[in-house]
Amino acid sequence: MALTRAQVENIAHLARLELEAAEIPQFQQNLSRIVDFIGELERADTAGVAPMAHPLPGLAQRLRPDEVTERDEHELYQRNAPQVASGLYLVPKVIE
Amino acid sequence: MSAWETVIGLEIHAQLATRSKIFSGAATAYGAAPNTQACLVDLGYPGVLPVLNAEAVRMAVRFGLAIGARIARHSVFARKNYFYPDLPKGYQISQYELPIVAGGAIDIVLEDGSAKRIGVTRAHLEEDAGKSLHEGLGSLTGIDLNRAGTPLIEIVSEPEMRSAKEAVAYMKKVHTLVRYLEICDGNMQEGSFRCDANVSVRPAGAEKFGTRAEIKNINSFRYVEKAIQYEVARQIELIESGGKVVQETRLYDPDKGETRSMRSKEEANDYRYFPDPDLLPLELDEAYIESVRAALPELPDAKAERFVAQYGLSAYDAGVLTASRDLADYYEAVARAVPEQPKLAANWVMGELAAALNKDGLEIGSGKLPAERLAGLLARIADQTISGKIAKEVFEAMWASGQSADAIIEAKGLKQITDTGAIERAIEEVMAKNPAQLSDYRAGKDKLFGFFVGQVMKATQGKANPAQLNELLKKKLPG
Amino acid sequence: MIHRQTLTQLAADLRTRKVGSVELVRAFLARIEASQPALNAFVSITAEQALAAAEAADRALAAGRGGALEGVPIGHKDLFCTAGVRTTCGSRMLENFISPYDATVVARLKAAGAVMLGKLNMDEFAMGSSNETSHFGPVRNPWNTALVPGGSSGGSAAAVAARLVPAATATDTGGSIRQPAAFCGVTGIKPTYGRVSRYGMIAFASSLDQGGVIAASAEDAARVLREMAGFDPRDSTSVDAPVPDYLAGLDAPLAGVRIGLLKEFFDKGLDPHYERCVREALAVFERLGASLREVSLPNIPLSVPVYYVVAPAECSSNLARYDGVRFGHRCAEARDLEDLYKRSRSEGFGAEVKRRIMTGTYVLSAGYYDAYYLKAQRVRRLIAGDFERAFGEVDLLMGPTTPTAAFALGAKTADPITMYLNDIYTISANLAGLPAMSVPCGFAAGLPVGLQIIGPHFAEQRLLHAAHRFQLETDWHLRIPGEYA
Repeated sequence: MALTRAQVENIAHLARLELEAAEIPQFQQNLSRIVDFIGELERADTAGVAPMAHPLPGLAQRLRPDEVTERDEHELYQRNAPQVASGLYLVPKVIE
Repeated sequence: MSAWETVIGLEIHAQLATRSKIFSGAATAYGAAPNTQACLVDLGYPGVLPVLNAEAVRMAVRFGLAIGARIARHSVFARKNYFYPDLPKGYQISQYELPIVAGGAIDIVLEDGSAKRIGVTRAHLEEDAGKSLHEGLGSLTGIDLNRAGTPLIEIVSEPEMRSAKEAVAYMKKVHTLVRYLEICDGNMQEGSFRCDANVSVRPAGAEKFGTRAEIKNINSFRYVEKAIQYEVARQIELIESGGKVVQETRLYDPDKGETRSMRSKEEANDYRYFPDPDLLPLELDEAYIESVRAALPELPDAKAERFVAQYGLSAYDAGVLTASRDLADYYEAVARAVPEQPKLAANWVMGELAAALNKDGLEIGSGKLPAERLAGLLARIADQTISGKIAKEVFEAMWASGQSADAIIEAKGLKQITDTGAIERAIEEVMAKNPAQLSDYRAGKDKLFGFFVGQVMKATQGKANPAQLNELLKKKLPG
Repeated sequence: MIHRQTLTQLAADLRTRKVGSVELVRAFLARIEASQPALNAFVSITAEQALAAAEAADRALAAGRGGALEGVPIGHKDLFCTAGVRTTCGSRMLENFISPYDATVVARLKAAGAVMLGKLNMDEFAMGSSNETSHFGPVRNPWNTALVPGGSSGGSAAAVAARLVPAATATDTGGSIRQPAAFCGVTGIKPTYGRVSRYGMIAFASSLDQGGVIAASAEDAARVLREMAGFDPRDSTSVDAPVPDYLAGLDAPLAGVRIGLLKEFFDKGLDPHYERCVREALAVFERLGASLREVSLPNIPLSVPVYYVVAPAECSSNLARYDGVRFGHRCAEARDLEDLYKRSRSEGFGAEVKRRIMTGTYVLSAGYYDAYYLKAQRVRRLIAGDFERAFGEVDLLMGPTTPTAAFALGAKTADPITMYLNDIYTISANLAGLPAMSVPCGFAAGLPVGLQIIGPHFAEQRLLHAAHRFQLETDWHLRIPGEYA
């Protein structure tokens, strides 16, 4: 199944990726190939088969005791941040 | 009768009162300096993983059991994918297809005293997002992720409310319930309890729902009412003038008293939910659920019923007194200390005490006037040491000084006069001083009875026992 | 020649003070430096920290203390977070990212006394089968530098093959330990999903990723894995079960072990020279007393399409956190928030990562979720069921690790599907969460060939045992590329 240019652009937008106009045909072609390839799954008879989200069967979520174990390390953590001020991470103005 | 019917469903977000976050060991305390309570997991750092907080699960189950819902033996955490700066991972861990709580109901009482049952579709566990700060940063927005990862239950109602008032009653009831259950502090200013309202209108009698607008993040009962009223009026006006309601997210502006479209959420969202592979299915067994059930407190409806039966209160008073667990506990402590006077206790708690708390902006649990103190005052009314009127004076002094009723009565000499001789002497003095009024009264001006009561009370600084005074006046005035 | 010793021998010599850790670290660092222009196996070389750690290890050893790997040099794949050390994941996105914390695997190996020499190159975010997607340039195969080392743990495999380190950590999402191990002629093990903590391992596809080790021999791998494995309360998918001593019983006889030949792996895509080596290896097992029979897993051919739905779906979400706000690459002078997101991510990620993010976004999006994502998860269960049935009949499954030996740089970059199909034999073990190994078993046209061994859940010991017995009979694992011998 061939993906349209608009579909590729929409996917890129959902994924917050900016594709240059010149790149789009390449992505369009690659993604169409991939979509065709995974389309093979249609052949499989999966009637009555439950989806498998985890590779190990029968495991359940473990629970953590409600304890505060973390200390304030914001200065260390913010060393990787591109832009901070007064302890806040900064981004261009968000309009609500 | 309006030609339009309003349809409202609420999504209430209640922050769970855990010490640590839902998936990390960072503190949840409110008001810390920015990002000082955001650990690597909350920040969505590369490589970190979530581990579920046991207490958040217990609290969600507590809520489910309290509303008579089904507790899922098997529930699943899912990722809701979208980009927003207050959402560090680019997805919110929530529950989608298999929530922990499904079904259930909340009973509300309408203005006319009738009851209505509002269905709760589901309640699911999820993590809160951080906060965006816009003030004082010029062209920038600051992101504080202290709140990110705070556990929430999102309580989704059926679209069964038909007016803003019903919505408020429902929200208040849920608020009462979560505080009873001690799963949420209910602090709306701090955002611990907030809601999104889905509002639509349809022609009265129509089957099909109208297109709804979702008003996001309303954090006061008053705003819920106003926002819905505004939105209903807006939609009706729009339709009646030939327009169409569009499905969209709106924001309530309390300063302007109106809702407006949120530009940032305009585009159709495609959240791409899928089961979070970092978390396994949450499995709860019967024994666990029963242990949570066994630890449930008496719930507001049951408590109100008991107050009616046990203390002979009206349904209305019982409802008021059970609106919060602190208030109910306070009332019961007072009522138990003055066992013959449960109604007197109710009147004082809802009257003088509520007014005084309200005036000082205090909560019942503030400890300003312990229940045994108020009971001490009511005991003096019950044993006729003081009259109800003097009691109000004593109460004011108690409130101001923190002293006991007895100490104040003693110090101010407010003890009621119950000696018949003393009251008689006071009556005789008043009669002697007011011959004109006395003869008028005797000539048939019955209304002057009150005048004599007032004069004697004045002469005794209000301390004459009112019942005795009445009786003696009736005897003496006619001559 | 110190570098030709196995890790097992080096650990013993350190313990008996026949060799010092500083001496070892210096020797391996010199080899690393010398190899970089040709192989580019390392993204970062942490000489200073390594020497300090080696000195501490020598002091501990002199005092008769120290862990099981005290003073042993190792390398970490650059997707394990290392406190205070740059952790790039092979991406421009994390080019300057200094992790504030250690991955559990890193902390455990540190506690065992291992000395990190540096961070190993890899395909960007572990997405690739040739190491050509690294932002830091491709790694080259030490057997022939015109060829790829495989991926995504290409740096780990090349470094061990050239004996730049005695062992290295690696990760495997769809074959990223086994395929490069096969291409480079070294031993690699991907443990059972949940056996090794994923905490601090930068996620690609959470339900498939598993940390493991690449070493010169099964015994060496067992020695390292024994320190890495085990329950971690920070990873909800980590399994709370005791870790057996992987070194115990390695020498036990193989007689009676039932080996299944994975029929679907001997398909028409398999290179005949490669096949011959694998069949000769199977004959060795037969001589050792194991029984062989063919086993068919009919749903296995759908592994690759299942994988290319599930892995991109999970990655599209896992990589959403790279938004230029808290860490990682940020574009210059963003006009607004959307511009910040889009340009930071587009500049920070390479083409293959973008392709996978977009594929994953597509298969999860409204209208396609059922047809692709849910369908793939259903087929995944069929594949897991095939394995479960097979392990009712046999103790181990064997077959080739890859369809061909290492290919030339650039040979498969034009078409993503061609590249994806290189993982055709390795992906199924990840889908089912099974432990799997690749063991050197010969040379096809002068290039290493890998024998793949797959076991049931938590049967690492069984795998290591079989591999070790094979390595007692053969010397393929001891061959070192001429230039590095």
